[in-house]
Amino acid sequence: MLYINCPHCGLRSQNEFAYGGDATVKRPELNKEISDQEWDNFVYLRKSPRGKHLELWHHISGCRQWIKVERDTSTHEIFKTYKANEAIE
Amino acid sequence: MSQDFRLDNVGMVNREKKISFKFNGKKYFGFEGDTIASALIANGVHLVGRSFKYHRPRGFFGVGVDEPYAILQLDRNNERDPNIRATEQEIFEGLEVKSVNCWPSVNFDIGAINNFLKMFFPAGFYYKTFMWPPSFWYKIYEPFIRMAAGFGEASIKHDKERYEHKYEYCDLLITGSGPSGLASAYAAAKNGARVILAEDKPRFGGSLLTSDVNIGNQTGVEWTEKIIAELKSMPNVTVKNRSQVFGYYDHNMLVMSERISDHLPKTQKYLPKQRLWYIRANEVLISSGSIERPLVFGNNDTPGVMLSSAAKEYMKVYGVLVGKKPLIFTNNDSGYETAIEFKKNGVNPIILDTRSNPSSDIITEAKNLNIEIRFSYVVVAAKGYKKVKSADIAKISDDKKELFNIENIECDCICVSGFWTPSIHLASQSGNKSKFNEKIDAFVPDKSKQKENTIGSANGIFTLEETIKDAFDKGFDVSNKITEKNNKVSVPTVVEKKSTDHDKFWCVPLPKGKSYKRFLDFQNDVAVSDIELALREGFRSIEHVKRYTTLGMATDQGKTSNLNGLQLVSDIENKVVPQVGHTTFRPPYTPVSIGAIVGREVGKHSKPTRKSPMHSWHEKNNAVFVDAGVWLRPRYYKQGNEGLFEASKREAKNVRQNVGVCDVTTLGKIDVKGPDAAEFLNRVYTNAWLKLPVGKARYGVMLREDGIVMDDGTTTRISENHYHMTTTTAQAANVLSHLEYYLQLVWPELNVNVVSTTEQWAGAAIAGPNSRKLLMKLFPNLDVSNEGLPFMGYKEADLFGVPAKIYRISFSGELAYEINVESDNGYFMWEKIMEVGKEFQIQPYGTEALSTLRIEMGHVAGSELDGRTIPYDASLEGLVSKKKDFIGKRSLNRSAFTSTDREKLVGVVPIDKTTSIPEGSYIVKDPKAKLPNPKLGHVSASCWSVEYDNPFSLAIIKDGKNMIGQKLFAMSPLKNKTIPVEIVSSHYVDPEGKRVRS
Repeated sequence: MLYINCPHCGLRSQNEFAYGGDATVKRPELNKEISDQEWDNFVYLRKSPRGKHLELWHHISGCRQWIKVERDTSTHEIFKTYKANEAIE
Repeated sequence: MSQDFRLDNVGMVNREKKISFKFNGKKYFGFEGDTIASALIANGVHLVGRSFKYHRPRGFFGVGVDEPYAILQLDRNNERDPNIRATEQEIFEGLEVKSVNCWPSVNFDIGAINNFLKMFFPAGFYYKTFMWPPSFWYKIYEPFIRMAAGFGEASIKHDKERYEHKYEYCDLLITGSGPSGLASAYAAAKNGARVILAEDKPRFGGSLLTSDVNIGNQTGVEWTEKIIAELKSMPNVTVKNRSQVFGYYDHNMLVMSERISDHLPKTQKYLPKQRLWYIRANEVLISSGSIERPLVFGNNDTPGVMLSSAAKEYMKVYGVLVGKKPLIFTNNDSGYETAIEFKKNGVNPIILDTRSNPSSDIITEAKNLNIEIRFSYVVVAAKGYKKVKSADIAKISDDKKELFNIENIECDCICVSGFWTPSIHLASQSGNKSKFNEKIDAFVPDKSKQKENTIGSANGIFTLEETIKDAFDKGFDVSNKITEKNNKVSVPTVVEKKSTDHDKFWCVPLPKGKSYKRFLDFQNDVAVSDIELALREGFRSIEHVKRYTTLGMATDQGKTSNLNGLQLVSDIENKVVPQVGHTTFRPPYTPVSIGAIVGREVGKHSKPTRKSPMHSWHEKNNAVFVDAGVWLRPRYYKQGNEGLFEASKREAKNVRQNVGVCDVTTLGKIDVKGPDAAEFLNRVYTNAWLKLPVGKARYGVMLREDGIVMDDGTTTRISENHYHMTTTTAQAANVLSHLEYYLQLVWPELNVNVVSTTEQWAGAAIAGPNSRKLLMKLFPNLDVSNEGLPFMGYKEADLFGVPAKIYRISFSGELAYEINVESDNGYFMWEKIMEVGKEFQIQPYGTEALSTLRIEMGHVAGSELDGRTIPYDASLEGLVSKKKDFIGKRSLNRSAFTSTDREKLVGVVPIDKTTSIPEGSYIVKDPKAKLPNPKLGHVSASCWSVEYDNPFSLAIIKDGKNMIGQKLFAMSPLKNKTIPVEIVSSHYVDPEGKRVRS
């Protein structure tokens, strides 16, 4: 079970969190004309990298904040965690 | 007293307390502190089971968790516990155990015929033997295999024992209380670290309990007692015996199972059977020790052949002799320690040493004690069926290939020692890739992946002096990283006998003309010949050899067999062991009971139960409840002999004719507040929200980004910047997460806050033509006329002194109102409604009537919004704004979603107006069409229309709009029904929606 450092609450066990997928995906702006391909990429296409991955976790049984976690998908090492609006290094 | 093999005044069992227990129905005596194994051996019992495949007699092989043979079934409090290791389970008064894998009895076992049919059970026999003819599989082969498989029978009854879970955090977890565990725990604890020391056995000390050493001028046992007493007195230390750390998971999460009352006569009322500890440790020191390796020779599975370390422990810890004419067969000095212990207790052992001329302190000591030692000697085969009676022994050539002078000597046990295998399981589970240590012919941990270190013999360190010094250092180092106290304790002096190198020889060749079975895996009956066959048949990878032969796949996970198996494969392949590699170690290290894994989360505790504030009223009024997610909701209120059908019909009819009240507390409620709340809702819902006036409610549909309907509900503008959103019961938590996602990550510029208020409000829906009359009486000072409180209106009012919110919204399609009060006032509200409503023939209605009412009206719910439908499919396309953008809108342009023949919501009525259509039925054109019959759609919800008194269903079918009026068929292969039906509008009752606006 992962040990995730919530930037709001501190170190908490994984069972307090829900996984939220790739954190680098950016939702297209509202009312913007975009191609089918662009929209499909946003809705469906995700990379599944082996190694470093910036991902979203929701501290659902804690502060209810969405946070960003930089994790190695093969070793589960967590390098850094960020608040939702924090700049990524 | 029939404990013929019990020594006087030796061992650590409590002689004051005699304990009786039953084995295979026969009564035996032992002492407090005995295991089943030690007590049975004291009574001269060595035959305890039959082997898995050949049903050969099985005795005891070890003295702990590595035991491959003595698996028993325990009967306790009318419960059965299979897979009990006799070497681990302590006896208690009244204990009853029996042998497994034998019929009719362990002494006379019919299955032993397999032993004579062994040519039919070669490696991989189940891939070869049970193949043809295919029709034999279900009726003959599978039942046969199922009958033969497994050790013991699990109980099918509910386990009444209690199991608990515990979460714990520590600076340092130490797994094993042998010399290295004790030393490191002491050093770390003295340096201020929070330490957990876990010992699998009842007694602390590990090898110190049986070895003849001296630490700081004390015997091993004395030193252990001193250290444990001191550790126990320290507030920063938790010391646990009977506790096995069995799994090493991510981020230094380890799981330990503590056997709390397994050794006690009967369940204490407040004592759980076992407790599972989830331990998050800053650092871990693995001090799990090592397991003695067997030597391989003919019939080496005969009862009486056992590990020499086990024989020693039976003597020193339990005061029990495993035999009175022991033969010690060893390739290293450990066998001598056992021999010396026998000699001290007045028994004359014979040592067969595979080495030609070794010399060390301990060999000299054995010589001085006049123990008979034969160098360059091996056991060729054990003789005897149910117990060792003698052994064929021989001199072996220097190249270990030729046997000379084979002779038979009498013995009643053969204690084998093939050197030691470090227990690297936990380190390996943590991600540590092991490395092969040539000197000890075994794998040891390599570089740590997590914060762990392995110490003592688990790390291949076999001298006590080195172990103690290393453990003190490691205990200090890892604790100091955390505490930085620099409080280093001095290392005690260690006196031990020096030993010399072991012999790499481990497998005795077969004498000419003999075909003895030489076993590697004692639990799964894997012999040398099986591995040889697998390799001849082309299996190369050790992982494949393992699965083909089942080597190391038994419940002992090959603790005694793995290395010998690897050695054999590398010998045959002319490789070295590190080239062959080892199979993966996976948790659990030892079997863990399912009960412990589940803990208290059984039965109704498997999930939380949420009840509305009116729950007790429902109970008192004969409500039959249904699970709605984690909520308990009244399904119907039983009157007299009514069943579900009659009661729900009565309740629904009463709503259509008079007035009913339904507990709607469970609906999700979310407060949406802030200056940008309207804009936010406008983006979340498919319809327009910017112009909703204060005091008005609106029905809304929200989508996922992929265009699928996520949820629906009404949201009310309470004040300028405050909205009260409702969600379905099932989706409440998901909708909140969804809203938080967009507010925190996508549109952080919106000034809006959301919070769940589901539990803050108790809700009652009042529905039916009499509901306005009832409302007038409940709120005499409020204008509830159609003008004063119109459809989708909202009012705050006083309900007999209690503040209430009234929403004029309807799920039933009738004139209806939803009243919310603070949860604490919910019961009061409900009673008032029932009391005042009496004159209007009010009746409470449950979820079944609620469903009937909404189905008749064609209102969609979870069964239509099932995660596959877009607004069009559920006939919600009128709510999709063309002007504004919202979550998921872009997806609705996808070609599949704009296709004209999409499935769409319709109503379905059986032609005969009497046959109910099972939910889930397929709608087809021709019931006799060739399979698979092309499906037009499915029936999503069914009810008995109380308006028309005939069955009515909702269905989602292809090109639904143009199918109305058609005669089709509903087929339920599951219920074996084919029902002719007519497709009608989904708005079966009041299609113009007059009633809700009346």
